[in-house]
Amino acid sequence: MRPLLFALLALVLIPGPFPPALAAGDDGPAYGDAIIVGSIGDASTLIPALSADTASSSINGLVYNGLVKLDKNLRLVGDLAEGWDISEDGLTITFHLRQGVTWHDGQPLTARDVMFTYRLMIDPATPTAYGEDFKQVKKAEVVDDHTFRVTYPRPFAPALISWGFPVMPAHLLEGKDITTSELARRPVGTGPYIFKEWQTGQQIVLESNPGYFEGRPYITRHVTRVIPDMATMFLELKSGGIDSMGLTPLQYLRQTDTPEFGKQFRKYKYLAFSYTYLGFNLMDPKFKDQRVRQAMAYAINKDEIIEGVLLGLGQPANGPFKPGHWAYNEKVTSHVFDPDRARKLLAEAGWKPRATEEEGCFFSACDRRKEDVTLYKEGQPFEFTIITNQGNKQREMCALIIQQRLKDIGIRIKVQTIEWAAFLKEFIDKRNFEACILGWTIPLDPDLFDVWHSSKTRPGELNFISYKNEEVDRLIDESRYTFDQAKRKAALDRIQEIFKEDVPYVFLYVPDALPVVASRFKGIEPAPAGIDYNFIKWYAPESLQKYHLTP
Amino acid sequence: MLQYVAKRLVLMIPLLLGITLVSFVVIHLAPGKPTDMATMMNPKASLEAKERLEKLYGLDKPLHVQYWNWLKRLAVLDFGRSFSPDREEVLTKIGRRLPITILLNVLSMFLIFVVSIPIGVYSATHQDSLFDRATTVFVFVGFATPTFWLALLLMILFGVNLGWLPISGLKSMDYDQMSLLGQAWDRTAHLIMPVLLSAFGGLAGMSRYMRANMLEVVRQDYITTARAKGLSERAVIYKHALRNALMPVITILGLSVPSLIGGSVIFESIFAIPGMGQLFYASVMSRDYPMVMGGLVIGAVLTLGGNLLADVGYAWADPRVREGRS
Amino acid sequence: MNTAGPYTEFWRRFRKNRLALAGGVVVLALFAVSFLAPWLSPYDPAFIDVKSVLEGPSRAHPFGTDNLGRDVLSRMIWGSRISLKVGFVAVGIATVIGMVLGALAGYYGRWVDAVIMRFVDLMLCFPAFFLILAVIAILEPSIWNIMIVIGVTGWMGVARLIRAEFLTLKSREFVLAARAAGANDGRIIFLHILPNALAPILVSATLGVAGAILTESALSFLGIGVQPPTPSWGNILTEGKDNISIAWWLSLYPGLAILVTVLGYNLLGEGIRDSLDPRLKV
Repeated sequence: MRPLLFALLALVLIPGPFPPALAAGDDGPAYGDAIIVGSIGDASTLIPALSADTASSSINGLVYNGLVKLDKNLRLVGDLAEGWDISEDGLTITFHLRQGVTWHDGQPLTARDVMFTYRLMIDPATPTAYGEDFKQVKKAEVVDDHTFRVTYPRPFAPALISWGFPVMPAHLLEGKDITTSELARRPVGTGPYIFKEWQTGQQIVLESNPGYFEGRPYITRHVTRVIPDMATMFLELKSGGIDSMGLTPLQYLRQTDTPEFGKQFRKYKYLAFSYTYLGFNLMDPKFKDQRVRQAMAYAINKDEIIEGVLLGLGQPANGPFKPGHWAYNEKVTSHVFDPDRARKLLAEAGWKPRATEEEGCFFSACDRRKEDVTLYKEGQPFEFTIITNQGNKQREMCALIIQQRLKDIGIRIKVQTIEWAAFLKEFIDKRNFEACILGWTIPLDPDLFDVWHSSKTRPGELNFISYKNEEVDRLIDESRYTFDQAKRKAALDRIQEIFKEDVPYVFLYVPDALPVVASRFKGIEPAPAGIDYNFIKWYAPESLQKYHLTP
Repeated sequence: MLQYVAKRLVLMIPLLLGITLVSFVVIHLAPGKPTDMATMMNPKASLEAKERLEKLYGLDKPLHVQYWNWLKRLAVLDFGRSFSPDREEVLTKIGRRLPITILLNVLSMFLIFVVSIPIGVYSATHQDSLFDRATTVFVFVGFATPTFWLALLLMILFGVNLGWLPISGLKSMDYDQMSLLGQAWDRTAHLIMPVLLSAFGGLAGMSRYMRANMLEVVRQDYITTARAKGLSERAVIYKHALRNALMPVITILGLSVPSLIGGSVIFESIFAIPGMGQLFYASVMSRDYPMVMGGLVIGAVLTLGGNLLADVGYAWADPRVREGRS
Repeated sequence: MNTAGPYTEFWRRFRKNRLALAGGVVVLALFAVSFLAPWLSPYDPAFIDVKSVLEGPSRAHPFGTDNLGRDVLSRMIWGSRISLKVGFVAVGIATVIGMVLGALAGYYGRWVDAVIMRFVDLMLCFPAFFLILAVIAILEPSIWNIMIVIGVTGWMGVARLIRAEFLTLKSREFVLAARAAGANDGRIIFLHILPNALAPILVSATLGVAGAILTESALSFLGIGVQPPTPSWGNILTEGKDNISIAWWLSLYPGLAILVTVLGYNLLGEGIRDSLDPRLKV
């Protein structure tokens, strides 16, 4: 296998009689070069079970594989598993692992590794945040070296995607304390890239795995450079110090539109996997009335927010799923921007401006009274505080725009930004808030249980707005405990309709992800899944390669 | 001499204790626990998982017990393990980052010293001249400019537009493939802007102090004597006045250590330098208690060390201090 | 013989120092602007207009607009109030703490002095910015916390100065006279000695305000300065740093404002010191 690969390599690398091509020609896939990606934060640990930050997961995504993954159209396909069977009753999944997959240290991958990963995730001694889905398993067994079987007490739709979690090597971690393992700094996986080195706070270097089961990746080296400051990162991009980063809307639109930039870089745009929302604390008497919440939805101009915060690079969100996802209900649209309707609804709910006919008011006082559109109910003005976490510029801007809009219809808002840990502990967890602006990542499997089910309203749990709707509860259960996609969609569609009527959140927007990559890299194909799904197929043609690495 | 040093070391012990106490108190002003970051807002984490994590890190014991435990371990230089998911030893993490911060600060102090002294001397001997006033404005501008602002401007000028200097980091991508000379130049080029900027901010303090000292010394009797003896003005200034004016300046150098260390937070962030300042900032934001305490203690110890060196240097140069005479 | 009192002497020397005068002018101008903010500011600093995001300087917006379409000039004018407020309150706190501790140490001497001076040494050990960072990030970056913590980490210089003054002054005749007249310690400290020890405080206060403004802008850069929507020069500058190449006005104006203000305060402070110091007579 190896000599063949080398021969191929030699063939590709020996300069051939290229036609007198244009300077930036694409002479086809070639091995070599390095891609340097900018990251604001350094990874914390490269053991998938223990990490919770994006920087670590990005690296783990290249070094490890799960049993399944999502393809370019967000459909579930096999990764380490060639295929799987689901029993008639939907309770048992049997995974058939690929043959011939090896760990980066040469050991073969077997079902024993999957079993080890499962046991690790449900072990109370493992400080992981991702064990929940695995705990639903009733029984797990290694049928043979390449067959792994799990049984659930009832059909559990999110089960399949949960097995996309990275499989970790039993032979290196079994029987040892995972929190002190050196794999945290020197991971060993089965993935397309092999860990090479980690200079803390500076960079993580990965090199392509020549024996990868999907074929050797073209780009030889993947380097993640840690640059804590966005402004510096952008300057590094412009000067060629890094090849790829995520742009802000402003950078995308106004700082990268010169012809020189266009020659050196290619910009991409696709809907990201997250949405931002305004959530109401439903235990607060002000927000108990559905009409009040609906009024807020009519009073907020989502287009204005998208224009101001995202410079137009995003779409309004109408529910917990993003457009393009199979569970997304296209028939549910946003509330139109209609402040008059908002005022009417609020009036129905008892919130009215103070009467301007007052006996004996002097001229200026009268004028001021007439200008004061603040709404009152039983003598109390309509005011509340919107909180959001400090450091997130976009959420802050949303809050300020909403503040202005609601002021127009007579609601006085205060905006408070709070540091993350305190935000969660003192405000969200203790339900000590009135309204908040936050975001969720859109889960790959449309499981709404943790955020929307009425049983998840205890302190510390994720239904922190205290939403309790029996019909929604029933529909959530329906959508979870079956593998029948049509049935799931019907239930999820109905939930989205209910959300529009009930307005537990005002769903605000789904932003665009705006990655930029140096133009010498070819093979990038934007799809619903983004651009990274086929990273191993990206390449820099021979003539354009920048880094010539000594093997 | 040795006695002097020993006495100073002994006096440092209560200071060290005080440092640990202040550090401990500071971080416990917080609401919220460090494990919050990892488990919250994660649809897949449960209450039990969070409580498990808290127990794992020993956060359920009363405060004074926590302090005493920490102090005991400090005594054997065990700063504990970081709360971040990598769970590395605090000392290891700091140790990895400390050299670069020290290097940056030493280079910066050296540059400050080398530039401030001539400026201070010349300004003093030519008081109220154009030079004096121009340099006054110049060094104060250095102090007054928000560092990150100037850094970005310089990066754009020298890094992007002119391409003369690298923008951030410590070394280039192809460092490994460079010759020894190339590597030396690469490292230097990466440090030029951070060191220059760091020094620019510190010039004001040192040069003004130097100037004030010179002004004072020059009016002393022994200078008049020297002049009366017929020595050239040059000899008077540089051999006699300078030597005496220089000594307090050395102490100031020691006193500037804390502000340089503190200022490194901004520098390291903007220049992507993996130093202790940046580590400290990141650990403060994520409530990594052991790391924050370790950072405060080490920072303070470094300052103590700087002061000690300055004092010892002063004592060695000036015998009156050594012998306790005033 | 020159019968002019100490103040006239001070003033005479100060007037000759051109740089200090310039500094004084800057400081006065700042006071004026921040005092007259409601009348000077052309727009409501919080008014959002998403159609005018990041526009360059124009007739309508002399300093341009920021990323939410708000007028930068108005925000800068109101921001001057924040800068002054932060500076003064922080320095005020530092001065009060420093005065009290310095007075006690200088007046009573011996073990009181030793303990207080040890405490000063202790606080001087910490990189102030580290402490400030830790406290602000841990508590929360409200403007009051920022002011308090800058004050609490900056009193040491004042304490030393006051102590030095007290050491010299406490054996002076007017103190002995007051004691003979039966005044208790408190009265002596606060009514008799302290007013004579104030001169150096003026210098350190002026320099302290400058430092506080810079510290606030450093905290804003790290995301824990004065929180939006309250405008401060530091946070306007930080907002602009990521877009320096296309929105230079967001960086230039606040940067210049900070530079000129801090410069002004420093020159003023230095000028006061030079004019007060009897030894520096030309």
